[in-house]
Amino acid sequence: MQAVEVSHIVKSFADKVVVNDLSFSVARGEIFGLIGPNGAGKTTTIRMMMDIIKPDSGDVTILGEKLSEATKNKLGYLPEERGLYKKLRVIDSIVYLASLKGMDRRSAEEKANELLNQTGMLPNKGKKIEELSRGMGQIIQFIVSIIHDPELVVLDEPFAGLDPVNTELLKGMLLDLRNQGKALILSTHQMNEIEELCDRILMINHGRSVLYGNLSEIKSKYRSNSVLLEFEGELGEVPGVTEQRTRKGYVELVLDGNTTPQQVLERLVSRGIVINRFEVATPPLNEIFLRVVGKTHE
Amino acid sequence: MNKTLLILRHEFLHTVKRRGFIVMTLIVPLIALLLIGVSQLVSGVAKPTVEVTTIGYVDELGGFQQYTSQGNITLVRFDTPDDATEALVKGDIKEYFVIPPDYISNGVISRYTLEKQLAASPATTTVINNFLLSNLLAGKVPAATIARIEAPLNLVTTRLTETGAVAPEQGGYGSFIIPAVFSILLALAIVFSSTYLLQGLGEEKENRLIEILLSSVSARQLLTGKVLGIGAAGLVQVGVWAISVPLLLNMASSSIGGFISTIQLPANFIVLAVVYFILGYLLFAVLSAGIGAISSNSREGQQLIGIFTIPLLIPLWFMSLLMFLPDNPVWVVLTILPISAPVEVIIRLGASYIPAWQLVASIAALVLSIIGILLLTIRIFRTYLLMYGKRPGIGEVLRSLRTG
Repeated sequence: MQAVEVSHIVKSFADKVVVNDLSFSVARGEIFGLIGPNGAGKTTTIRMMMDIIKPDSGDVTILGEKLSEATKNKLGYLPEERGLYKKLRVIDSIVYLASLKGMDRRSAEEKANELLNQTGMLPNKGKKIEELSRGMGQIIQFIVSIIHDPELVVLDEPFAGLDPVNTELLKGMLLDLRNQGKALILSTHQMNEIEELCDRILMINHGRSVLYGNLSEIKSKYRSNSVLLEFEGELGEVPGVTEQRTRKGYVELVLDGNTTPQQVLERLVSRGIVINRFEVATPPLNEIFLRVVGKTHE
Repeated sequence: MNKTLLILRHEFLHTVKRRGFIVMTLIVPLIALLLIGVSQLVSGVAKPTVEVTTIGYVDELGGFQQYTSQGNITLVRFDTPDDATEALVKGDIKEYFVIPPDYISNGVISRYTLEKQLAASPATTTVINNFLLSNLLAGKVPAATIARIEAPLNLVTTRLTETGAVAPEQGGYGSFIIPAVFSILLALAIVFSSTYLLQGLGEEKENRLIEILLSSVSARQLLTGKVLGIGAAGLVQVGVWAISVPLLLNMASSSIGGFISTIQLPANFIVLAVVYFILGYLLFAVLSAGIGAISSNSREGQQLIGIFTIPLLIPLWFMSLLMFLPDNPVWVVLTILPISAPVEVIIRLGASYIPAWQLVASIAALVLSIIGILLLTIRIFRTYLLMYGKRPGIGEVLRSLRTG
């Protein structure tokens, strides 16, 4: 059973189609990246998954069920722009929002203390939300989104505004959740985070799916026919290589259509060149993003 | 616990802990306490003036010798104005007046005093008036007639029912004052409660908490919990006022306490006051929720709800007119119009009789409009609560009411 099954959802606001016939699925135990330029329809898609708004047509199945009040208790959500009740104390905010997810007071309080301790926020437990820094508030909101042990967690730009220490902390907690078999959906503009964390991705533009699938498969599909080489000695002319581009600390070898990276490696080794690094070049996700979005913009 | 109850409890506690709420709840009993203090202070200051004072007079016309003792004031005759002035300067008399020889033809009396305040006090005026009148009539008519001429009217009014029997409620100024005060408090409580609702929604909309809330509970649960939670807080406020004010007034000096005990309230007053607070609040609560949904921040929402607050308060402006013209058809319209009904009915309960059909029509109109607005609000709530920044135009809202 998939954690999320979205099929052919459509949503329009005042005659403008924001999400157009979008279908995808997210499995348990994976981190799924939802990417796309601003205004692509990411947040609207997430809101339909969270039952905050209803799709005009199409179906959303969460954890094998149609969305209902009971399913909502199994969802965790961190919205993109965030805030909490300013005048409420940290612990009260967490316990109240956890109770709305069906937790009883006592276990909510226990779990809150545990998570506050894990994130190093325990000393701030009695403070009012308005006394916290932006990053601290974000950690609290993250705690709110996972405290009730949800099966599916949707995080909209979770790393925006976090310092490197907290970013690493959050990443670690996300990987833990994945290893516990939870399904996680990550929506962000930061492609390096997607590359680091996500197993599969969906890229949308103008409300439509433009790239969908396993991240490494997508990257190999978009790879340019070249290898990256760090070496010692004189390289000279290499058969099958049409162009040598000197980069900072390494050389990019562009291969002709008939040569494989394996053949190039054999030729280099046979020449006695000391190789420190040999890598089949795959474009960074950022580049794929720009290429795909650029194409659909035309 | 049920999620609606959780929201209800949270909103109730969040509201009663607000500084504004606590101040508003306490300020009414404090004002009552202040009024008592001032009235006791005034009566305390007024007491020393009850001692006997002496006023001099010079009778240049002749014949004004009798009736020199009038209540607390004694009149002393002087032969010449110079004698009287001397006594005034020495402090033997408080003031004196001269009855000139031509008094009968022009009625002029000259009064002399050391005080800055030239106008004579009402008590002094009455004493001089009665003194002159009694002496002018002395010997010409019987003493009893003189007393009647001095105070010809002692009006006692009795209200009869339509069958001609003496009505059980005799009304009067006292029975008007409590409903009038209560209607003001009711209007305040309704306006404040709905403002809290609007502010809460505005805050949740501005900081996007609404998304977390709606991903945990349904729009219906959220609305119900908020409306009832804040309404319960409003009811507590009204309760504190309703209990503390009479309690404090009873503690007050005998004059105010006596006044309170003469007040007769219609038997159904408390019941109707509670019913109209609840209905009036619910009407404003559903309006606030709808306005909170379409306005982009809480300040804008409060400006919009202001449009509806004016008709709520209209009955207060016309309160004095209602006292003198209780049978004008305008009051019937204000009674049945849902938005002005809560305040109007409470005022009318003190001033006049409200026929049962008007009460039924008024409550029915309120209930129907609450249900109608609630249904419309739920329709637009989801759509516009998540639209930040831009307030939809009226046409757009109407369109989504049809299609939502």
